[in-house]
Formats: sequence, C-alpha cells, structure tokens
Amino acid sequence: MPRVVVDVMLKPEILDPQGQAVANALPRLGVSDVASVRIGRRIEIEFQGEPDLDRAREIADKLLANPVIEDFTVRLVEADETADARS
Amino acid sequence: MTARVGVVTFPGSLDDGDAARAVRIAGAEPVRLWHGDPDLHGVDAVVLPGGFSYGDYLRCGAIARFAPVMETIVDAAQGGLPVLGICNGFQILCEAHLLPGALTRNQHLHFRNRDQVLRIESAGTAWTNTFQPGQEVLVPVKNGEGCYVADTATLDQLEAEGRVVARYVGGNPNGSLRDIAAITNSAGNVVGIMPHPEHAVEALTGPSLDGLGFFTSVLKHLVGTPA
Repeated sequence: MPRVVVDVMLKPEILDPQGQAVANALPRLGVSDVASVRIGRRIEIEFQGEPDLDRAREIADKLLANPVIEDFTVRLVEADETADARS
Repeated sequence: MTARVGVVTFPGSLDDGDAARAVRIAGAEPVRLWHGDPDLHGVDAVVLPGGFSYGDYLRCGAIARFAPVMETIVDAAQGGLPVLGICNGFQILCEAHLLPGALTRNQHLHFRNRDQVLRIESAGTAWTNTFQPGQEVLVPVKNGEGCYVADTATLDQLEAEGRVVARYVGGNPNGSLRDIAAITNSAGNVVGIMPHPEHAVEALTGPSLDGLGFFTSVLKHLVGTPA
C-alpha cells in the first residue's frame, strides 16, 4: 500500500539555528563547499484504505506543520520506495 | 467572594504547582484543571503553566492545543475569559491561534536559565494592570524554545496596537524578535509570556516578588468585570 509522505520545512525567512550548527560543523569533516544546511521533518502516513492526499493535506495544515513558520509538501510514495529511503 | 483561578495540568506540565501557589499567594483560590476534562468547573480565569506538554513532541504546544480542555478554553477566551500562558503555556496559546506568531528554538541553541529584567510595555491587560507602563521587573527565564517570531506586518500591528506586553531588558535570552517577552490579544484578556512570574512570588525561592503583580492584576480585573 502506498504511503503519504509529508515533508515539513521551516520557511526560508525563518532562522534555522539547528541547520546553521550542522553547517558550521562540516568544515571539521573537511567539507568546505557547503553554502547552507536547512533541517526539516519527514512524516509518513499510512491510511487504513486508499491513501487520501486531501486528508493528509488537512492533517499537515492543522497539526504536522505550523503555517506561521513552516511550509509543507504532500506526496504519495510506493511502499518499496519508502523501504529504499530507509536503507 | 474569592476569585477562582484554574491551573491546567497537561502530561509533562512542570510549573502547575508553582502557578497554583502564586494564585493562592495573590489571594485567589487555585483550581486544578486536567487536560482531559473539558469542564472548566466555573473558574474566573485560567493559567496555562510552563513545562513540556506531551513531551514537546512535534512542536512545543502542538499536541496540547488539541487537548479536550483547550477546546473549552479557546471558546471561553474568545468570550473574554482571562487566560495567562506562561512559557509552554505561551507556546500553546500561539499553536491554538489565540495569539499570533510562534515560538522557535533559541537562536543560540542553548537552554537559558537566569533571572531576567523585563520592561512592562502594556499595563492595559487583564494580567498587567497593577504595573506602571515602563516599569522594570525581575523574574526567572528558563526556556529552550522561547524565540518569538512573526512576520513584519504582525510585529508592526502588535506594536501599533500596544499589544507587546513586556520586553527583555539587559540582554535578549533567546533571540526573540524586537526583544518580545510577552504579548496579548486585541481584547487584552489573553496574555502569553515566556519568562516565569510564578517563580517570583516569595522571597525564599524567587529573585523578587515582582511576579505576583501578574496574579493580583487578574484579581483586580475580575473585580472590575461585571459577573
């Protein structure tokens, strides 16, 4: 059964101190060509029946993301693709 | 008649005991409210205390907003019930859209815990009417996600309408825009504050007694409000 994946990211104009901290650590790995790092959240939703993108959008808008500071995208992902993403 | 002030306990609330104690020291009767019970038990005002409701999962206050007690509080607040959200309570009020903006991770990523000077900017709210505008008070601040953000239009509107209730003085502990420590809704009955007035009500445990003014204010407000 496909899953709905919701990606939540801080809006570009909102400072992401966590991302900055990661970016600042990269030179210690010898990585010096990264301009910026932004950190978000990925949420996978499995419906009991057919995946419902509209319903997922409503869930994202009301609970998963705070539209004051965050943007979100909603998409369908096949189950095996989800497994791939984890490996 | 003694005013009855409700203090909500969510799973993960920490400062509900201190908030109830502050209510009692101010001269009111604290009434403990439970997150799962939508009944406000006839209280005259409500305090949403500090802590980490629902473990701060997802975002601070995001899940608490959907607690049964919050549905009743949102309706009652829109009808004029005085509500004070402290720290996590402020985060919950923003998530519940009773106050604009949001509270995000401290800019420097460190948890800040210190005594903090605030300047009271608005003495026109239900929770600050015993202060003088411009008065400085000393209360503890302790937060990891206390950085207040909102878009410029919202910030300008808050300033123009006198809805910035308090600002940090002598150093901004979290990067809050325009040094904002507390704001109110347009009616002045709902106030969110990041620092902790309930920890500054007794000489034994607090840096001052300045926090008591927030709780005596709501009693004064209630006396002036026809039942």
